Amino acid sequence: MTAVWTIAGYGLREALRRKVFVVVCLLSAAFLSLYWLGARYAFNHVGGVEPPVGVDARTFAGAFLFGMAMFGTLFLGVVLAIFLTLGTVRGDAERALLQPLVVRPIGRSTLLVARFLGAGAVCVPYVLILYFASMLLTGLEGSWWPDRIVTPGLELAGGVLIVAALSLLGSVFLSSIANGIAIFMIFGAGLVAGLLGNIGHVLNSPGLIHAAKIAAWAIPFEALYQDALRAITEKTSGLTGFLLRLGPFGGAEQGGVGLRLWAVAYLVLVGAVAVAGFARRDL
Amino acid sequence: MALAARECVTARLRFFGDRPFFVTAWHDTECTLGVVSAALAVSGLVKRYGAVEALGGVDLEVRESELVGLLGPNGAGKSTLVKIACGLVRPTTGRAEVCGARAGSREARAALGYLAELFRFPGWMTADELLELHQRLAGSHGGERERADLLELVGLQDARRRPVEAMSKGMQQRLGIAQALVGSPRLLLLDEPTSALDPVGRRTVRTLLEELQRRGVSVLLNSHLLSEIELVCDRVVILLGGRVVTAGTPAELARPRGVEIETNEGKRTYPEAGREDIPRLVAELVRDGKSVYGARLLTSTLEDVYVEAVGGEGS
Repeated sequence: MTAVWTIAGYGLREALRRKVFVVVCLLSAAFLSLYWLGARYAFNHVGGVEPPVGVDARTFAGAFLFGMAMFGTLFLGVVLAIFLTLGTVRGDAERALLQPLVVRPIGRSTLLVARFLGAGAVCVPYVLILYFASMLLTGLEGSWWPDRIVTPGLELAGGVLIVAALSLLGSVFLSSIANGIAIFMIFGAGLVAGLLGNIGHVLNSPGLIHAAKIAAWAIPFEALYQDALRAITEKTSGLTGFLLRLGPFGGAEQGGVGLRLWAVAYLVLVGAVAVAGFARRDL
Repeated sequence: MALAARECVTARLRFFGDRPFFVTAWHDTECTLGVVSAALAVSGLVKRYGAVEALGGVDLEVRESELVGLLGPNGAGKSTLVKIACGLVRPTTGRAEVCGARAGSREARAALGYLAELFRFPGWMTADELLELHQRLAGSHGGERERADLLELVGLQDARRRPVEAMSKGMQQRLGIAQALVGSPRLLLLDEPTSALDPVGRRTVRTLLEELQRRGVSVLLNSHLLSEIELVCDRVVILLGGRVVTAGTPAELARPRGVEIETNEGKRTYPEAGREDIPRLVAELVRDGKSVYGARLLTSTLEDVYVEAVGGEGS
């Protein structure tokens, strides 16, 4: 375990010294400032809006804005996770940074697990801080609070962990640039799957909805995001609920316990493939 | 070889602290000093990258306290051999053992120190932090004392708090050697350790290697600098096309090339003469009225041996 903490600490110190945290904090502050500004204007004008019958304007505005903030949180968390892990194996090996560490009497699997934990130790608190900060801004400006407070945040963090694991897996086989592009494209594919689900719901097309669901579960960070969106308005019904379930960037879909178990199994599976691939890799 | 128990205790050899080794078996009243495994034992080692054969059946042994030089043109398989020894590359077939443990195993990696040919350390780390990281990974309990000793050993005692990115290439290379020595390894694998060093730096490393040898560390030194290998190595192995083409001590590899005698008329070379001919040749010259200032036995240099072995094949 000492080696795990040593490597994880090494990753954290690298992020700290490389001023990754400074940049992330500044950009996140900019994001939250803009979000606060948007929420302030939106809720100031919501009183003067004449919504369609059956739609609660304040709930709609609050949930829609917060849904957008959740997407922003997921996106920023994914960016952070990818940049912290995209060169872990092949990238670091090509830069000759990895070899001095691998020849030490620590297992290659230990090194991978430690780098994953290091990335998780940065990304999970980051996502949770951003999630709760945007929730606080929404609540304070619009007096609207999500139906579920903690679960959606944890699901977003879980989604980011899955992306970090995929990025680590990719780093075993791909160079840093190729891996970064691949993981961003997978993230984009998840976004498209969510939007296809939206279109399927609007058109009432079971085939499209089914295809979107399969795609979202194949890359479960998307399914977790959809479940998180669903959780923030799970007690909202009627037309407001229907509209909100279409979501700002991908529809809200219930995943439930099955999804969470699948997400954990997926993490283990991705980790096992990454460890097996790394063990066979010549450096 | 049997020793009384008390003698056996005193037979422990020490290196960089109190870690004992060499005692391979204990009995109630006596212990046996068994045959100690070679620091590095390689047999029938083959490595193929697709259709390219990097190693074609290499046999090599580095004994305890031995300093072996590995020579060969670029692409001869030297770095592949070193990488297999430290577990970075898996052999296609054949066997490689470090101190009796399969190369790449945890035990093997715990017994070695490695400096890669093209290595880099994180630029944001200071020299002290880097060594501390490697101490933790190597399970070394040497603490601050070991770090200070190692930095002093490579002449970086004043650069302890300097980040790697603020160091010259030569300083980084010396730091690399210090890093390889963390945890008192029994086998040191050095891949071109002096490529970025100036002549003074090279001399420092040479002195360091001799000191390590005195302390019982085995070294496999991969270098293109023939003069360096000739000066410090006990044995030399020349690889070509993934195979050992020549191996032996520098003395064994050196061939007589005659005798050179300096007289008042200049230098004369007798290519067929040997050491035993020198008194006769000098006497003849004196008898002929020449003044003799010196006589020298000529032998081939390692460079001659190398060029002959690789057949003029360069990179």
